[in-house]
Amino acid sequence: MYNRTRVCEQAVKIRLDIITMLAAAGSGHPGGSLSAADIVATLYFGDVLNFDAKNPQDPARDRFVLCKGHAAPVLYAALAQAGYFDKKELLNLRKLGAMLQGHPDALKTPGVEVSTGSLGQGLSIACGMAAALKAAGGPQRVFTLLGDGELQEGQVWEAALFAPHYRLDNLVAIIDSNGLQIDGACCDVMALGDIAGKFRAFGWDACEVDGHDIDALHAVLSAAPCADKPRAIIAHTEKGKGVSFMEGVASWHGVTPCEKQAREACAEIECAGNEARDRARDSVSSEGGHHG
Amino acid sequence: MGKATRAAYGATLIELADEGLPITAVEADLSGSTTLSKFGERYPDRFYNAGIAEANMTNVAAGLALEGNIAFTGSFAIFGTGRAWEQVRNTVCYNDLNVKLAPTHAGVTVGPDGGSHQALEDIALMRVLPHMHVLVPADFNAARAAIRLAAATPGPFYIRLGRAEVAEVHASDFVFELGRAYVLREGTDVTLAACGIEVAEALKAADLLAADGISAEVIDVACIKPLDVETLVASVSKTGRIVTCEEHSVLGGMGSAISEVLSEVCPVPTRRIGVADTFGTSGSPAELIEHFGLDAPSIAAAARELV
Ligand SMILES: Cc1ncc(C[n+]2csc(CCOP(=O)(O)OP(=O)(O)O)c2C)c(N)n1
Ligand SMILES: [Mg+2]
Repeated sequence: MYNRTRVCEQAVKIRLDIITMLAAAGSGHPGGSLSAADIVATLYFGDVLNFDAKNPQDPARDRFVLCKGHAAPVLYAALAQAGYFDKKELLNLRKLGAMLQGHPDALKTPGVEVSTGSLGQGLSIACGMAAALKAAGGPQRVFTLLGDGELQEGQVWEAALFAPHYRLDNLVAIIDSNGLQIDGACCDVMALGDIAGKFRAFGWDACEVDGHDIDALHAVLSAAPCADKPRAIIAHTEKGKGVSFMEGVASWHGVTPCEKQAREACAEIECAGNEARDRARDSVSSEGGHHG
Repeated sequence: MGKATRAAYGATLIELADEGLPITAVEADLSGSTTLSKFGERYPDRFYNAGIAEANMTNVAAGLALEGNIAFTGSFAIFGTGRAWEQVRNTVCYNDLNVKLAPTHAGVTVGPDGGSHQALEDIALMRVLPHMHVLVPADFNAARAAIRLAAATPGPFYIRLGRAEVAEVHASDFVFELGRAYVLREGTDVTLAACGIEVAEALKAADLLAADGISAEVIDVACIKPLDVETLVASVSKTGRIVTCEEHSVLGGMGSAISEVLSEVCPVPTRRIGVADTFGTSGSPAELIEHFGLDAPSIAAAARELV
């Protein structure tokens, strides 16, 4: 059952874990992990993905491919929260011998469907999974999360041709459209133009959504498939979302906070989480009053 | 510690362009990491950012070269040589174009990003290509010299650059000669042939061996293609044994290149130090050098086995 408050709480926990594990690791990618936190929280805790953390290879599960593999911390936080492995592992991120590698490693980490980190490859992998699942006649769906800069890889558009050609209506590609990549704003580095329009022109069912609005995300992610068409969801997000000094700042792509910055960041995330919970409670009680 | 080899990239391209050479550079969203951003700031009309698109980057460089430019490409070694390999083969090398690949972040010293980002196959991938030249500078000064050599010599080049800081082993006026290996320390009992950051490790290993009364000759095999067969044969004719040392897979890299040649013209007992047919992993550069047995004690141990 979808419960907005639960997803919001999980998103807060995911953000806190992202900051904590990256500060402990001393390297990694906060910006693109934070921008995707609400999307990933909705997938795992908003009754979208069907999964069993105790049985990661359950054939009945939906698949999630983190195409933008450098955002590994957001996936690790969600997997730990979901019970795939002990949360203590988060603090070993990127260390020698760790289960949690700098980029997702399917041979080491339960819940990681496939190793990624080389941009532009995941959508093709997701196409292959979706094609196999469709051929087998199963109800499982395949979700994948791409960066907007990542869309510059030609392979993404090879996959974008493949998916509608094979009528992969069990495939959902989410674009974390935060407007930034490493060398700056996507529009300055290599402009992407109308992303939704491009996917539509390739034969996809495409929609745009506020990537930080949990209800809106839940609605598009759980919507019934559009007959015969794969779906592209362009999620408008802010890189570094939730940590004001990181928000919209390209240089926070691959730099980690020092201890003091991490403390400030966590305080801000917690404070925003508490305010949101109070607002939710108020609106529930005023609704209650109205009905009474 | 001296500067990282990558630090030479942007700065040397500026020097060359200032000297009047028709230098252009094409990047794939990593201009800060490769230091090509410096060149881009100085020469904005000779710098192109292809975005995250390594195949396109490579063939845009090919087109620039066809129009008379000396075109350098960026990105990380794993993507610049791997993702775009067939573009390098069928466009850059098949046409013998003046394209110079000098992507950075080769080897395990990439560190915590992990195995997906640690190129351990790039020397192998590049040296099998006809027309390609392969340079592996040992330090910042050699990297600068390698870039100058590539710019001055027509045809495709691969210059292997790293992210980590590395000890200086060459003087600042070092001149890189095509097809030449450099004997840095003379010895009589064993040859240590190294490239890249392993040159500094081999020099340290020679000190460890000297303490045991073993005299090691250290050669910087800075140019892997064409290989300086003469210098290598002269050395092993004297020492009778060789340890090859590289921050690369033991399959297909410098050790393989040397073994291929020596097995034909002067076979000697050989040990190859490198990453043993496995992927890299997350860790700090120093930890990984030790973890994969690329450190001076491991080199010295291999040499002792042979002597
Ligand atoms: C094939 C490939 N080229 C380059 C990189 C290096 N790289 C890592 S993240 C990144 C920028 C990604 O930008 P975007 O897709 O917009 O991700 P986000 O903003 O969500 O972090 C680059 C160039 C890579 N991992 N893979
Ligand atoms: Mg982005």
